[in-house]
Amino acid sequence: MSVLRTLPLVVVFVPVVVACLLAVGGRFVGRAAPWIALAGPLFAIGVGTASLDGGASGAVRWLGVGETAVRLGYHVDGLAAIMLLVVGVVSVCVIVFSIGYMRGDRGYVRYFALISLFTAAMAGLVIASDLVGLFLGWELVGACSFLLIGFWYERPEAAEAARKAFMVTRVGDAAMLVGMAVLWRATGTLELDAILGGVGALAPSVVTVAAVCLLLGAVGKSAQFPLHIWLPDAMEGPTPVSALIHAATMVAAGVFLVARTWPLFEASPEARLIALVLGTVTALGAATIALPQTDIKKVLAYSTISQLGFMFAALGVGAWPVALFHLVTHAAFKALLFLSSGSVIHGSGTQDLREMGDLRSKMPITATAWIIGGLALAGIPPTAGFFSKDEVVASVLQAAPWAGVALLAASVLTGAYVARATRLAFFGTARGAKEVHESQWTMTLPLLVLAVAALSLGLAGPMIARALGAESEALSLGIAAVAVGLAAAGAIGGWLLAADGGRREQALPPAFARMWGMVRNGYGFDTLATNVAVRPIAKLARFIDEAVDRAAIDGFVEGLAVAVRRAGALLAGTMNGDGQSYTALLAVGVIVLLAVTVWLVR
Amino acid sequence: MTSLVLSCTLIGIGLYGVLTRRDLVAVLASIEVMLGGAQVLLASYAAGVSVPAVGEGITVVVLATGAAEAAIGLALLVALVRRNKTRTDQIEEVRG
Repeated sequence: MSVLRTLPLVVVFVPVVVACLLAVGGRFVGRAAPWIALAGPLFAIGVGTASLDGGASGAVRWLGVGETAVRLGYHVDGLAAIMLLVVGVVSVCVIVFSIGYMRGDRGYVRYFALISLFTAAMAGLVIASDLVGLFLGWELVGACSFLLIGFWYERPEAAEAARKAFMVTRVGDAAMLVGMAVLWRATGTLELDAILGGVGALAPSVVTVAAVCLLLGAVGKSAQFPLHIWLPDAMEGPTPVSALIHAATMVAAGVFLVARTWPLFEASPEARLIALVLGTVTALGAATIALPQTDIKKVLAYSTISQLGFMFAALGVGAWPVALFHLVTHAAFKALLFLSSGSVIHGSGTQDLREMGDLRSKMPITATAWIIGGLALAGIPPTAGFFSKDEVVASVLQAAPWAGVALLAASVLTGAYVARATRLAFFGTARGAKEVHESQWTMTLPLLVLAVAALSLGLAGPMIARALGAESEALSLGIAAVAVGLAAAGAIGGWLLAADGGRREQALPPAFARMWGMVRNGYGFDTLATNVAVRPIAKLARFIDEAVDRAAIDGFVEGLAVAVRRAGALLAGTMNGDGQSYTALLAVGVIVLLAVTVWLVR
Repeated sequence: MTSLVLSCTLIGIGLYGVLTRRDLVAVLASIEVMLGGAQVLLASYAAGVSVPAVGEGITVVVLATGAAEAAIGLALLVALVRRNKTRTDQIEEVRG
């Protein structure tokens, strides 16, 4: 293998080495940690740029039993290159932003070590050429997500949120493992090229089972209904982490997985229908939940779930290049929104929308960045979100009108919740107690970079489509006009709702207020999940602990010990200290042995 | 056959003495009787073996060992007598 062909591997190895370096030598690194951590993402950007028109691939034998071997391979094609660029650019912005945001934190170096490890895992996930490597990266990003949600582990809520995120995504991951096992059984390989090339030869039922299992993995990772409950809690982590992992990259890995294994889904209408239904339900449901939130990060969390629902709906109708396009623009504008909210939290000391107000006059750069992100999220031209969302809605409308209408309704709500949050945070009268200040340049610079991306990435649509080897969709003006009109109407509604610093919401009629509270709690789905899934499983676990572990296994071991001890005590009674009785026993023993020997020989 | 009966008788008498007598000297003497029983058997059966004098040789070695053993046994006995212990039921330290 030539050096050039193995070059893409630097996107994994450099950040891994950096993470180890920071973990081991953290004390000597100190304030230089973020600058060292930049190495990994910069390599990702480099390799991604160089590989847009297709790059290298290769593989090494990793684990083997006889003739059967698991190979770890990499394959950098257009899809992987786009993902590498997204991961690289957002990582660089987040790392630079974190210099100021995390300053003075006790875990400063640990933070950057984990970010670096995450970059490595994410890069490994996207360049993997087989399901084993992909799954390794998949689990590693999950582990990094766990460690970073629980970054402030002294806080019980953070530790609990980290555990929840890990466990809920694990449900999807278990299904994904089953899917991999099914594919292994049917094809005898886990290499993507071999599997995807041979889909036609497989039984339709096998393809559907495998596709649905992989889809469940994607649903868990991308926080789609009904496994969406972990993402809002994941907001306990530092805000830049939310921007990187829980908005731009890791949660989009589910969309990437489906796109990567697309031929499986192409051959299975059932799996596509499930993706469409789940995506549509999630897009609409999460958009309603985002509306009454009072925590600025929770608004963005539900918004992320909703936007990922848009992508899944696009996947469901077969428009995976469009879903990828929306993934890219969403990564830009949602990272921008999250980092803006981080700047807001840093500057105002609160993340409660009710305690903000009029931040625009004190934080003009942050406010501008937020508004650009918000316009992109609502899909207002000429931002990037307009182009990608229009393509999503148009392709869904064409294939499944009911889902398209639902997505249009979600667009109305999107405009409403982002306008409401904007007015509450940046307009009106100041309601916070603390002196507000604009953030330093290391925090505003990434905002500007991402704002430019959120404004201009719409033009990258044809380029992305070309890198994916797909036809670029022409802008459908009619649908675009309707969607923009609806989003604008929603935005006006949301703007009016947020009048008087949110007091109008509190003055609503009681019946409506109760509903408002229920929606804010995510329709109580969390409680439902606790009652339906968590409690019975915990009960089962307790039963196994008591009946199997303690009663059966411990009982056997401890019973054996007791029996031996009793027998010993019994035998000790014959040892009375009298040498002659010992001799008598000896004589009896000899006679018995002799008798046995004679009897055996005879 | 006679020698076998003689040997068994001697060993039986010796064992009976070892198990029943409380006097340490008598126990020691009974052990010697058992040893004698074993030697009788060895010597008499050696006569039927094709290689001559092996059985007799071993018997002589056993005799010598028996003498040495008796010397050690008597020395231990003297040590016990000095502690005022001349009977078997006075020795019961080796107990479970």
